[in-house]
Amino acid sequence: MNRKSATFNKGYWVFLVPGVLIFLVLIILPILANIGISFTTWAGTGTPVWVGWQNFAKASKDSTFWASFRNNLGVILVMVVIPTFMGLVLATTLTDYIARKFGTGVSNFLRAGFYFPQIIPILVSAIVWKWILQPDWGVVNTVLKSIGLASLAHNWLGDSGTALASVMVMLIWIQIGYPLIIFMAAMQRIDPELYEAAQIDGASWWAKFFYLTIPLIRPELFVVILTTTIYSLKLFAPIYAMTRGGPGTSTTMLPSYFAYKNFFETAQVGYGATIATVLTCIVVILTILWIRVQTGQEYRETI
Amino acid sequence: MANPTLIAEQIFPSSSVKHQKRTRRWQDWATLIILLLFLMVMLLPLVIITMNAFKTEDEYYATGALSLPQSLNMNALQKAWESTDYATKLTNSAIISLSTAALAVGLSLFNAFALGIGRIRGRTFVLLFFLLATTVPAEALAYPIYYIFKQVGLYNTRTGVILLSAALNSAFGTYLLSSVFSTFPKELIEAAVIDGANKLQLLRRILIPLNIPTLSVLFVFFFIGTWNDFFLPLILLISNAKQTVPVALSMASAEHSVVITSQSAAALLGIVPCIIFFFLFQRSLTRGITAGSVK
Repeated sequence: MNRKSATFNKGYWVFLVPGVLIFLVLIILPILANIGISFTTWAGTGTPVWVGWQNFAKASKDSTFWASFRNNLGVILVMVVIPTFMGLVLATTLTDYIARKFGTGVSNFLRAGFYFPQIIPILVSAIVWKWILQPDWGVVNTVLKSIGLASLAHNWLGDSGTALASVMVMLIWIQIGYPLIIFMAAMQRIDPELYEAAQIDGASWWAKFFYLTIPLIRPELFVVILTTTIYSLKLFAPIYAMTRGGPGTSTTMLPSYFAYKNFFETAQVGYGATIATVLTCIVVILTILWIRVQTGQEYRETI
Repeated sequence: MANPTLIAEQIFPSSSVKHQKRTRRWQDWATLIILLLFLMVMLLPLVIITMNAFKTEDEYYATGALSLPQSLNMNALQKAWESTDYATKLTNSAIISLSTAALAVGLSLFNAFALGIGRIRGRTFVLLFFLLATTVPAEALAYPIYYIFKQVGLYNTRTGVILLSAALNSAFGTYLLSSVFSTFPKELIEAAVIDGANKLQLLRRILIPLNIPTLSVLFVFFFIGTWNDFFLPLILLISNAKQTVPVALSMASAEHSVVITSQSAAALLGIVPCIIFFFLFQRSLTRGITAGSVK
């Protein structure tokens, strides 16, 4: 029996061939090529010229490069902190309260509604918000003028004071549904008896929230924080559609759009590749962290 | 029991403070109403876009953005539909998303069969590789892909986008399916082997039929992800006849001369397919997202 399944275990690698081949040719090879290009000066045609670390040195002195990562850090903070907090509050309210008082139909309806912005293409969300924030005839400014607050009307995306914040508001709007869904799923696996025991011990709602819910859904909390961070580092469409990194050269610049701009607009392919390489390194480090959290959790489960 | 006023207080500061000492039933309704109000605020941008897609430009200037349209004027929608050649873009998006989802599910299935069921040597290392690839930014491979595709004639073809998107999606699918397959009951597999099933039969008669729910979740997940993708079609599809919905809409929104209400109509055209997918796939989507998070 054992010997039979041992021989049967052979030959499975054949099934890995198409997947791994496509994966190597279309993902690994291009990533390695991109790293190679980071060490060259290249306009996309002709032969790339090897320049060593020159592009990296240029990046270290380029204020737009730093601004793009600084902006990204701000975007990460805003996208992680606010939606995660709101997601936690909404998820506990829906699971713990609405579902009990009004039935799961109502709580599922609300969850679906809050989640809806997540399934709209991010590019479409960007053009919706750009339309609403348009300075001359956009909804926000028209409404402000009609209620006598014309002084607050603003070129939201065109003013360096409000451009990044305006983009962030849209990103929060998109993001709220994601932690909500994850946390609600997490809360369903918590044993209700734990809450009942806490109830008998006279724990307040807040005590239960901080000492039961939060520790019990900590794995999901980590996942949401890390995946949102990685997602934030890859944001491209909103910047492309709303601001193109401006006003000016860097107010809303993000690394992924900065790389794109160097690749396809200014034909500084070597420098674009450098930005993409730096971005990739950061994402890979975060992914390894994420994997470690997941395997650590599996380890705990097996104990 | 949850304290609704505290929660309400967090969502909408100072909104229902007056009712703090009322009976619970009152608080229940207050919480529900606050949540519904918050949901309305969340959906307001989409409602505004929808209302203004049915107005003429004159009507927009006369009545503002927040009024209901006086009649269901289809001019703006028609203009947006025609100027973006929306029927072609829908077809392209459908072809690309469906093919990508099918190919990616197939690749993930084969990979996961070898890794999760076959448990071949070095699988942890292979899985780690796939997992890393799920998070790598598309910019990291964009230019080499763009260059290679131009050399081999895959640039500006739907096939090129399909192959690349499927490769990227199958990384996540392999990771997810492998962990699902590794918990698949061994007795079932051994029984099939004793009955003389070869590997393909094992895959086709046992694993696929018994994992249809997971496979369909993956399919939906890949389909929506590809439909919503913007970066890859933007850099790989240049001609009007090949572009997808998001790329076409980004072009429409960048044209400054375009009529105001036909821009909102164009955005509405981008939202409508999502509403349809949402009602079709809501359950699968929810499961797909949570499945990927914590095992």
